[in-house]
Amino acid sequence: MARMKFLCDAERCIECNACVTACKNEHEVPWGINRRRVVTINDGLPGERSVTMACMHCTDAPCMAVCPVNCIYTTDDGVVLHNKDQCIGCGYCFYACPFGAPQYPRLGNFGSRGKMDKCTFCAGGPEPTGSKEEYEKYGANRLAEGKLPLCAEMCATKSLLAGDSEIIEQIFRDRVKQRGYSSGAWGWKTAYDEEVSTS
Amino acid sequence: MSSLAAAIRNIAGACALAGLATLSSPISAQEQTQQPATTIINPTAQGVTEQQLLQQQPRITGRIIIPDKRAAVLIQPAGREWRAFHEIALRWIAAIAILGMIVILIAFYLTRGMVRLESGRSGRTIVRFNAFERFVHWVTATCFIILGLSGLNITFGKELLMPLMGHDAFSTWSGWAKHAHNYFSFPFTIGVVLIFLMWLGGNIPNRTDVEWLKRGGGIVGHDHPPADRFNAGQKAIYWIVVLGGAAVAISGYVLIFPFYGTGIGEMHAAHIVHSVIAVLFIAVMLAHIYIGTMGMEGAFEAMGKGKVDVNWAKEHHSLWLEKEAKSDELPGKDLRSTPAE
Repeated sequence: MARMKFLCDAERCIECNACVTACKNEHEVPWGINRRRVVTINDGLPGERSVTMACMHCTDAPCMAVCPVNCIYTTDDGVVLHNKDQCIGCGYCFYACPFGAPQYPRLGNFGSRGKMDKCTFCAGGPEPTGSKEEYEKYGANRLAEGKLPLCAEMCATKSLLAGDSEIIEQIFRDRVKQRGYSSGAWGWKTAYDEEVSTS
Repeated sequence: MSSLAAAIRNIAGACALAGLATLSSPISAQEQTQQPATTIINPTAQGVTEQQLLQQQPRITGRIIIPDKRAAVLIQPAGREWRAFHEIALRWIAAIAILGMIVILIAFYLTRGMVRLESGRSGRTIVRFNAFERFVHWVTATCFIILGLSGLNITFGKELLMPLMGHDAFSTWSGWAKHAHNYFSFPFTIGVVLIFLMWLGGNIPNRTDVEWLKRGGGIVGHDHPPADRFNAGQKAIYWIVVLGGAAVAISGYVLIFPFYGTGIGEMHAAHIVHSVIAVLFIAVMLAHIYIGTMGMEGAFEAMGKGKVDVNWAKEHHSLWLEKEAKSDELPGKDLRSTPAE
């Protein structure tokens, strides 16, 4: 069974935000919700790096542990999904998430949150696969169609890799060997408690 | 002409030499790759790594082009620490505080029983809390119970209630409980402010309290040391309600208005303060409810009907009763104590 992961090669990310746009368009994500974003570290300084970040589909996901209604679950592929019908919009997953992935539409008074929304690794949700309900709540289910997440597919420099852990690790390892340097697989230690060994 | 040709020859020769030099360079580059990577000319040697950044600061923050500034936090490993607090530490703190208090109260009731009126009932009553005071008390108390139960539901519900209710029913109930928790916070806060203002006068600690505590007043000892309108135990409850209520209200409003001028670190802190104070508050209020109902004969009437038996007042609040009696003797004032029928 595959273990799906994201890997951002910061040496290649040019902050073009195509991944963000691809995601927004593919899933018709509402205004104000960003399932994926690009953060630039040391902006304008020597050694600047841009990293694209979304839900990393963590091993032993913190969001899943803290959810007071247990609406978050992990699929056989290691993809972390959630049930919007059960979500109460408490915001705890955002506090626990190391990557700021959970998003909430502003609803009603004060800071009242709507149902949580986040990256699904283009794997939809608990609704019947490919159904209208699934698309409206969670977006496209590309994985079920045998396709990988569109953000990674769209990435012009192939900085963002998505897919089976072993395969994307090997691609990254080969690149690092070829070019001789790397700033590492961002977020992997925090998300999967492992680094990609490049030696 | 010959000088021009010579110049061309010279340039061509120089180019050929340069070409030879560049041809030879891949060989040296290949030699370099066989050596450790550090010898390669690295165009991005000053690049930052995740580990370096996380050693310098608790979270990695950068620049983003979207308006949501929370999104500028790239990685915050503290989320895992907050998870450990919420899933492990908070549950232990809450379970020990609340169950511990229940065990203490049961043990206390079994050994001491209800504290009876030593001199029996006189049949004459005196007004202890007027309608407004009782209204404020019960509004605050009702809100507190709703807030307490809906709060505990967030921490313990999925373990205790979900197996009984089923997943969907539990999440529907939790959704309503969350809304109740948000909205009942407002009357609760107003109640705490009114409690602070209306009973502040009687709750300033003084020498009488030291004496009262030394002699083991209230339900602990068997003595009846003199006390004014509020004894030291009640003053303690008052200050716990006022200060604890203020702390849960302030931290609660930080949580209810998430990221209004706060970052993820402040949100974690607000949640930890809110939840720990809240569970301790619940434990203390269980003791307050016990004394006000099962623990002491004649105490519930004070907040129930608003009047207490004069003998109860004599035993528990002798100084207050004396003052009330004096003020009743003043001309033009209504007789507050009513004779038995």
